[in-house]
Amino acid sequence: MLKENLNGKEGQIRIPSGCAIAGLFSRSGKSVSGETIVNAMTVMHDRSNGLGGGFAGYGIYPQYKDLYALHVFYNNVSAKEECEKYIDKAFEVINLSRIPIRKTPRITDEPLIWRYFVAPHHNKLMDSQLDEDEYVVRAVIRINTSFDGSYVFSSGKNMGSFKAVGFPEDVGTFYRLDEYEGYCWTGHGRYPTNTPGWWGGAHPFSMLDYSIVHNGEISSYDANRRFIEMYGYKCTLLTDTEVITYIVDFLTRKQALTLTEVADIIAAPFWSTIESKPPKERERLTYLRNAFSSLLITGPFSILLGFSGGMMALNDRLKLRSMVVAEKGDMVYAASEEAAIRMMEPELDRIWSPMGGEPVIVTLEGGAEQCR
Amino acid sequence: MIIDAAGRDHRSLNEEIRKGDSDITINGCLGQRFIASGMDNVRILINGTPGNALGAYLDGADILVRGNAQDAAGDTMNEGRIVIYGNVGDAAGYAMRGGEIYIRGDAGYRAGIHMKAYSGKLPVMVVGGSCGSFLGEYQAGGMIIVLGLDKERPVVGNFCGTGMHGGRIYLRGDIEGLKLPKQVSCKKAGSDEMEVIEKYLVEFSQLFDVPYEKIADKEFHVLTPDTHNPYKQLYVQN
Repeated sequence: MLKENLNGKEGQIRIPSGCAIAGLFSRSGKSVSGETIVNAMTVMHDRSNGLGGGFAGYGIYPQYKDLYALHVFYNNVSAKEECEKYIDKAFEVINLSRIPIRKTPRITDEPLIWRYFVAPHHNKLMDSQLDEDEYVVRAVIRINTSFDGSYVFSSGKNMGSFKAVGFPEDVGTFYRLDEYEGYCWTGHGRYPTNTPGWWGGAHPFSMLDYSIVHNGEISSYDANRRFIEMYGYKCTLLTDTEVITYIVDFLTRKQALTLTEVADIIAAPFWSTIESKPPKERERLTYLRNAFSSLLITGPFSILLGFSGGMMALNDRLKLRSMVVAEKGDMVYAASEEAAIRMMEPELDRIWSPMGGEPVIVTLEGGAEQCR
Repeated sequence: MIIDAAGRDHRSLNEEIRKGDSDITINGCLGQRFIASGMDNVRILINGTPGNALGAYLDGADILVRGNAQDAAGDTMNEGRIVIYGNVGDAAGYAMRGGEIYIRGDAGYRAGIHMKAYSGKLPVMVVGGSCGSFLGEYQAGGMIIVLGLDKERPVVGNFCGTGMHGGRIYLRGDIEGLKLPKQVSCKKAGSDEMEVIEKYLVEFSQLFDVPYEKIADKEFHVLTPDTHNPYKQLYVQN
């Protein structure tokens, strides 16, 4: 729980976004420098206002690929000491360090930023009768709701989120992303509309290895929040992206649905569109809409979901935000603007705009294990 | 004048465009917004990918894009011409009230929404490929022509012409499977109706080097608001 100590505003005030998102993915699992995604975000500078930028990289910690990488913001040393006592109790800490940063005058007032490579304590895990992922989720939620001045903003394996208040290109410099390599990167430039910008509120939002970058404004936020909180999640930030992350985690990890099914739930077609489908498809879509009606996300959004071994791009069903997808060889790119994609790769094999509600899902050719 | 746009922001690029030269080529364009917005009496060739709101409020200038354009090209344009050799993003020609937009490829969602005609001005948008959903939503005037060259049918997405109350949408070729709101009527275009758009089809053919016979080889349908089925009592009892 970090919010009150930073500026006392996030979660309490609504201001009415243009945002920018971009992603890249190597189907063959090739390593790409974080610099590439930072450059793509630079082209879309005008879509953000300097109140938030962030990135998620996958395949970036091959040396600790079987450990959970916790990225944590601390407000002060005493918050860190308190939280570390808990981390030490819940986890075996294999490695810990400050996340290396490069000072820049454009990023200021940074909290303490630490990284822990951890595994759940064997005995504690057995006692809890939870699976490993659920154990970690509960620990993260515990820290983020009960430890004053501490906030876990990344908790996956062989991946990491990096975010701050500032323009995305400056955030990339700050976190030295040119020194990381991964097979997938997503990026976000923030133009906060409903909440003031702060470090924890920047995108991506992560839970385990899921990360979301989002451009939009979700009008169904409260309906979605009420539903998802019944399943143990806590939406503490009043930031709509947070609730999308939990919805994806709930539908895939707990309900074992496919990402296509997730898209058919959160960006469900209109009933009139469902009626025009062939009988089997109509039945499937009707079932999903009825079974998870509270998870329909309305309002404009374009999102990039990162996960171990894959990436999904999705627009709201009315396509109220822009999204362009392109391919070149084994690389897949997605961005709010074509210009950002051309910055990463000027010559493309194919470029198109997916329809509203039509997910574009890419995965590693060798499966997620390839880069584990 | 030739301008290298690489690494430049939209402000400095647009300032240079406005220095008074009447024939400009922009090379290496990459996402700079508002190019030529509100301008008249200038011809601009753009190589690359211009940013959003290309030619917004255009007032007579002639823009050619060798590449794809992004969102909101020709937003609220009043006069002039925008020619795009590739595709265009969402909301092309949004609320335009005059001038012409020619797109060789596809248009995204919401092309030509809120298009209107005004006091002798007649906006026209011709799309060579297909269009996304909400084509001509709330159209009040002007003409949208979709050719669907080499495209699967139907060539427009869902909710075409929703809320339309003026103007015309022409669709070339088979429209089987196209769902229209009940306030929009659809019929085969007669010779009177084809005569009105002939010069724009000829222009398209010449601009993009597409044989006119290829465009004319299929019938057109024309969508107009159905005056016998107005929007009365759609929202409130009045």
